[in-house]
Amino acid sequence: MSETKIIERDPLYVVSPSTVSENTKRAGKLIVWSAFLLMVIIGTVQSLYSLEKINFGFSNWRPLLYSYILWAIAIGYSRVLIYGERGKRNLFIFPAVMFIISIVIFPMLFGLYISFTDWNLSSVDGRKFNGVDNFVQMMTDPYYWNALKNMIYYVLAVLVEFAIAFLLALLLNSQIKGRKFFRIAFLIPLMLSPVAVSWMVGKSMLEQRFGPVANLGRWLGWETPTFFSSPEIARLTMMCMDAWTFIPLMIIMLLAGLQALPKEVLEAAKVDGANKWTMFKNIIFPIMLPVSLTTLVIRIIFKLKLADIIIIVTAGGPGGATDSVTSFIVREYRDRSNVGYGTLLSFVYLILIIIFMTILIRFVNRWLQRAA
Amino acid sequence: MNNNLGEKILIYGILLFWTFICLFPIYWTATTSFKTAASVTQGLLIPWVDFEPAWKGWKNLGLSPDTIFTESNPREEFFARFFNTALISSSASALAVILGSFAAYGLSRFNYKFGFMRNPDISFFFLSQLILPPVVLALPVLVLYRELDLLDTHIGMILIYTLTVLPIVIWIMRDQFNAVPIELEEAALVDGASVWISFFKIVFPIVLPGLASAFILCLILCWNEYFLAALITSTDAKTMPVMVASQISSQSIKWWNMAAISLALCFPLILVAIFLERYIVKGMAAGAIKG
Repeated sequence: MSETKIIERDPLYVVSPSTVSENTKRAGKLIVWSAFLLMVIIGTVQSLYSLEKINFGFSNWRPLLYSYILWAIAIGYSRVLIYGERGKRNLFIFPAVMFIISIVIFPMLFGLYISFTDWNLSSVDGRKFNGVDNFVQMMTDPYYWNALKNMIYYVLAVLVEFAIAFLLALLLNSQIKGRKFFRIAFLIPLMLSPVAVSWMVGKSMLEQRFGPVANLGRWLGWETPTFFSSPEIARLTMMCMDAWTFIPLMIIMLLAGLQALPKEVLEAAKVDGANKWTMFKNIIFPIMLPVSLTTLVIRIIFKLKLADIIIIVTAGGPGGATDSVTSFIVREYRDRSNVGYGTLLSFVYLILIIIFMTILIRFVNRWLQRAA
Repeated sequence: MNNNLGEKILIYGILLFWTFICLFPIYWTATTSFKTAASVTQGLLIPWVDFEPAWKGWKNLGLSPDTIFTESNPREEFFARFFNTALISSSASALAVILGSFAAYGLSRFNYKFGFMRNPDISFFFLSQLILPPVVLALPVLVLYRELDLLDTHIGMILIYTLTVLPIVIWIMRDQFNAVPIELEEAALVDGASVWISFFKIVFPIVLPGLASAFILCLILCWNEYFLAALITSTDAKTMPVMVASQISSQSIKWWNMAAISLALCFPLILVAIFLERYIVKGMAAGAIKG
């Protein structure tokens, strides 16, 4: 199964007699074009209707969607007609590709357009193209920059989560009884909906008058255990709540890595008299490096989407101290229902994420190559 | 020996401490749902010792023993939302597993070429959807759905949820398919079966456990999703997280209510965690080992 041997040939390769007659090919093309034509007709009618040029049409754009789906199916079917066996192979990835293009690429292009407009959903004026105004507004929006700064803190918190998760994974991997019980118990926070966590932890356990955590704080000598009034503590609280939910994910991924460690190497090190710490530092940690970095990257991806608990528990407060970019954009949209500006903010965020992830992954790859 | 014992105590101590941290919020919520107002404000902890449990939270939800057979609007509302969540998340997961496993199989077995895009590029195209934050899609999709009359419909929710979990399925399943020896299918193809027949008859049964893991992971993510549901749904297709979130602001004083409803939201997945832990772990581990 060396990859160099077969570059052009499919891994699963069988000579198949694929002779497709000219007629079938023509039929395939005909199907695609007629479906396409139908879509164009429906689209044109509907646009004319919505521009009030003609007085017949559909009550919404859904028929266009149906004809689009029909067209997509026609393309898939015609692949098989035109290319025979090769077309059937294309059919494996075709639905997923079409699906993503339809639901991501189209809305993204549309979003790119509306991010340059001033569009208030509740106003009757509709959208107005306003060029770079949104961008200028963003540059001077202290709350957006503040939210971005918060994201940096939130992402850095991943390192602490990682350390805790690694420790717990190591303990779970050692000779203990009842491992299954501990594994299930550790897994449970991940199962809980962020909405439920927001209430269970954020609203009830951290309640400052009679929440159990506040009571514990008082018992430990903290005079006024308030978790959401000072910016730093509020941010720390949100970090802890998010960590609580996602540490299980890291534990499981790291545990999988630990269980796949080569036993012989560990035995050999033990025979050589290495103590626990040197074994960890010189053997376990280096071998675990790829798994660790994957875990970190995955966790950071989830962290960058952080929003639910912030929206529900603090709504970004106090004074934007706990805002993540997502929660800020949602507030921006809810308060002013300005779709254009909100979309621009989210696109800028996406670009920043792409830059950050590209650098991160490149850095990770280089590190792995040097370690190997 | 002494040293060993100390180490054991330390290990179990840390593990038990973390177990406590993981489980206490659930314990707290469960007991709170049986508290009366007075026991809530005193922050009492242990039922029957500190306070006498009452069916307070569950009564409001229409799920306590004396209300379960009577008419109850909150209960109907709750089950409608429960049903929505179950329908949307399971359909979305099923759709994602179908689309995703086809794509993963194709990528692991055939070399594709679409313009400049070859297999690694196509894989990257799929997986890169994972880093797309929902907020980027949310507003354009919101506007688009309004035009297509898909706002607050089940099908609209299913489509967008499928999208959010599709990359995860492809990621898990690509490995599962790579682990299946190609010779099995080659034998079938030589015998004259088409690629699709060999996929369903031979490969599909082998990767079924992997599919189950992927499905369960998707189900968990969709079940708990709040952000998109809050934007897209309003009445018909409203899911449980949205309902609970709206009650957090309106009913925050009635702790017993909120406790009961939060617990009801989490309960199905806690059961999943207990009984299907193996599959969940397997799915996540598949992601980790790849590197």
